[in-house]
Amino acid sequence: MKRKWSEQLGFLILTLSTVLVVFVLGVILFDIISKGISVISWEFLTHPPRDGMTKGGIFPALLGTFLVSVITVLFAVPLGMFAAIYLHEYARAGKLTRLIRLSIRNLSGVPSIVYGLFGVVIFVQILNFGTSILSAGLTLGLLTLPWTITACEEALKTVPKSYREGALALGATKWYSIRTNVLPYAIPGMLTGTILGLARAAGETAPILFTGAAFFLPHLPKSIFDQFMALPYHLYILATQHHAITQVRPIAYGTALVLLALVLTLSFTAILVRYRFRKKMRG
Amino acid sequence: MVKGKFFFMNEENFPLIFIYKLRMIRMKIEANIGEGVLEKKGITFAEVRSQRIKEFFIERFFFVNGLLAILILLGIFSLLFAKGYPALKELGWTTFLLSAQWNPTAYEIPRYGILSLINSTLMVTLGALAFAVPLGVACAAFISEAASPRIREILKPTVEILAAIPSVVIGFLGIVLVNPALSTLFGISHGLNALNGSILLAIMALPTIISLSEDALKAVPKTYKEASYALGANRWQTIVRVSVPSALSGIIASIMLGMGRAIGETMTVLMATGNARALTFNFLDPIQTMTATIAIELGEVPYNTTHYYALFIIGFVLFLMTFLVNLVSDIILQKYQEVER
Amino acid sequence: MSHHFKILVRHLNFYYGDVQALKNINLEIPANHVTALIGPSGCGKTTFLRCLNRMNDIIEGTRIEGEILLDGTNICGREVDPVQVRRKVGMVFQKSNPFPKTIFDNVAYGLRINGNFSKRETEELVEKSLKDSALWDEVSGRLEDSAMELSGGQQQRLCIARALAVKPDVLLMDEPASALDPIATQKIEELIRELKTKYTIVIVTHNMQQAARVSDYTAFFYLGELIEVDRTDKIFTHPGLKRTEDYITGRFG
Repeated sequence: MKRKWSEQLGFLILTLSTVLVVFVLGVILFDIISKGISVISWEFLTHPPRDGMTKGGIFPALLGTFLVSVITVLFAVPLGMFAAIYLHEYARAGKLTRLIRLSIRNLSGVPSIVYGLFGVVIFVQILNFGTSILSAGLTLGLLTLPWTITACEEALKTVPKSYREGALALGATKWYSIRTNVLPYAIPGMLTGTILGLARAAGETAPILFTGAAFFLPHLPKSIFDQFMALPYHLYILATQHHAITQVRPIAYGTALVLLALVLTLSFTAILVRYRFRKKMRG
Repeated sequence: MVKGKFFFMNEENFPLIFIYKLRMIRMKIEANIGEGVLEKKGITFAEVRSQRIKEFFIERFFFVNGLLAILILLGIFSLLFAKGYPALKELGWTTFLLSAQWNPTAYEIPRYGILSLINSTLMVTLGALAFAVPLGVACAAFISEAASPRIREILKPTVEILAAIPSVVIGFLGIVLVNPALSTLFGISHGLNALNGSILLAIMALPTIISLSEDALKAVPKTYKEASYALGANRWQTIVRVSVPSALSGIIASIMLGMGRAIGETMTVLMATGNARALTFNFLDPIQTMTATIAIELGEVPYNTTHYYALFIIGFVLFLMTFLVNLVSDIILQKYQEVER
Repeated sequence: MSHHFKILVRHLNFYYGDVQALKNINLEIPANHVTALIGPSGCGKTTFLRCLNRMNDIIEGTRIEGEILLDGTNICGREVDPVQVRRKVGMVFQKSNPFPKTIFDNVAYGLRINGNFSKRETEELVEKSLKDSALWDEVSGRLEDSAMELSGGQQQRLCIARALAVKPDVLLMDEPASALDPIATQKIEELIRELKTKYTIVIVTHNMQQAARVSDYTAFFYLGELIEVDRTDKIFTHPGLKRTEDYITGRFG
């Protein structure tokens, strides 16, 4: 009887823990959505802030996040893809390959603020891009690179070895077999990883603090060498740096909701693409 | 032997050997492929040669991209150190590591002791683990051992959503939700303190711990569990005495990774811990972590001053800490995978 | 001998790392005949087959010694381009591996590698290859369907058509019917007997009856060594060595 009792208690603890985790997520989503939804309007999304950011919308921040993300993708995706192709298709087992893999795993654990420091030195100072969309986008690109590489390699792994062997046996060169008989089937998987990396980059704040994000800008950026406003940074400002904190709180909630919706939409898209892709590979 | 040496050099070196290799390819193709073999197909030596040269270049191209990860990691390491070095030379390691006073903008004597900052970082990290480890491991055990496939299908995306929430949103909720809650609960003027940061970091570390621990639990061979049932153990005993111990290295690795994430997290602690630089061990006191210090001060200091360099020293120490934590988790995981094989 | 040898194997040794998988193999493979390689699992017959078109190159840590002369040219050296070798020596795998493309694109894949065929030439060659592999009647109306929709036997014949399209001299087959039902197997075997008039065929099989049915010559491998090779009718009726006889009669394996 005692055994039975302890087993039930044990499973109760496991269940309660899980319920707590789900509850935490529920509270986060409920609080943001319930308090943010009333602020959201077409005007909120398409107009700049007014009256010392106590009124108006978040359009410049949305645009800034979008522009930075474009740079991030253009930078990280090709590099991540190439590195993944090397690791999965060309690299031979050995010390060098192990070192590369170790580096990738460690890079994904480097704090985002450290990427920020690195970005300041490399992009803002040494390459002299200044605090700009370009510097911030490249910094976020570096941050997402290890994720992109891993995701692209996972995608390459799903392509059966027999596709490569079959092409080689017909007298295809290695690159021809990769280009025509491996990459086409790995692209959807790579896309998934890219979108997930993008979702991560869009929500990051620390790396753009010093590489280009601005408190407030009266004009929209004219080129990639201009400073920009970004959604996550805007939320940080509204939540902590504004003199009239209670007045701007609704706007902060609205910004948080837009940011959350953006990131979750990207993540869901990625999961959906992955799901359909897997189904297709099986069928 | 020429072949072996030649093979080795082509792996390691680039420009000189490359020319040498091209010449070898040309000579060997011409000498060795019988003319009859190729001509029948209408492929000339020149075509074969250019094709092989092209393939060689393509492989080199991908190889250079493959090296990128190493270069970036080395680049981060050396740049942080190089940028921090002037401050180190001026003040010495001992000033940084043995003093708890961080006050670079003091009117009289600037202080650069990062001990209190390290202490703050470790406090919120350990606080976070105190919440996240039991909760995360229990949740992982539930998903892998107790949940029905249907519930599992719901829980896994839930964990993914939690992982996807931006840190600045979590920090915001630290201000608007956890802050007043702690303030009422403990009867203090405000709830922006180490405990608040710990709670938020726990939320951020949870997805890592849950999903990796679950992977580790799932990897425990079924035969272990069946053997346990065969000996008369019930499901709970099997989880506690067989599954969790067998998956322990994977669980520990997941905890280390979660810890690395907590150490390096910036926005949540910046927003929710109150940012006071005093050395304290009380979780209800406001604190300022290493990451928050960099975030607050780097935007305000002029480039290339002692204060600026000192911030890079903090970054460097931070980098070493996370690097070490990640490396340990990596070693544990590698060992664990070897055992599995 | 009345016919010439397409492939001459001389003192062939093959290693996976430190493990020697093939030991001093000497073998002549006659042109326009079917040579079967038999032996228990792990005896090296598939490894040997993959040596003949350098497919082992893509496995890490392998090493080859000795000579394989294809029409008098040694194809073993690192300096010989494996891509060129594989264009002369085609291969059909144990598990049929059609690409997830249309039936037409599967067969045309090898032609497009060279890239210098016109659209009409390509169409003609695809049709011819499908006819040669006895698949044309079954798929002529649906060349644009996915190859994955074909049955197992059809998929394997498609892979044969794909290999034939690039006009190899030699066709290697690695247990091509092992995953197929008896009727599909029969079709493949008929096909092999037809193809040998144009191609030199080397087939790996662990099915004794299949070896007896389709091959002219049979080579028996055991533990990485070539034990015995002779005319198939002779090997199956009067094997020269006790070990061969034991294997053929099923006393081990």
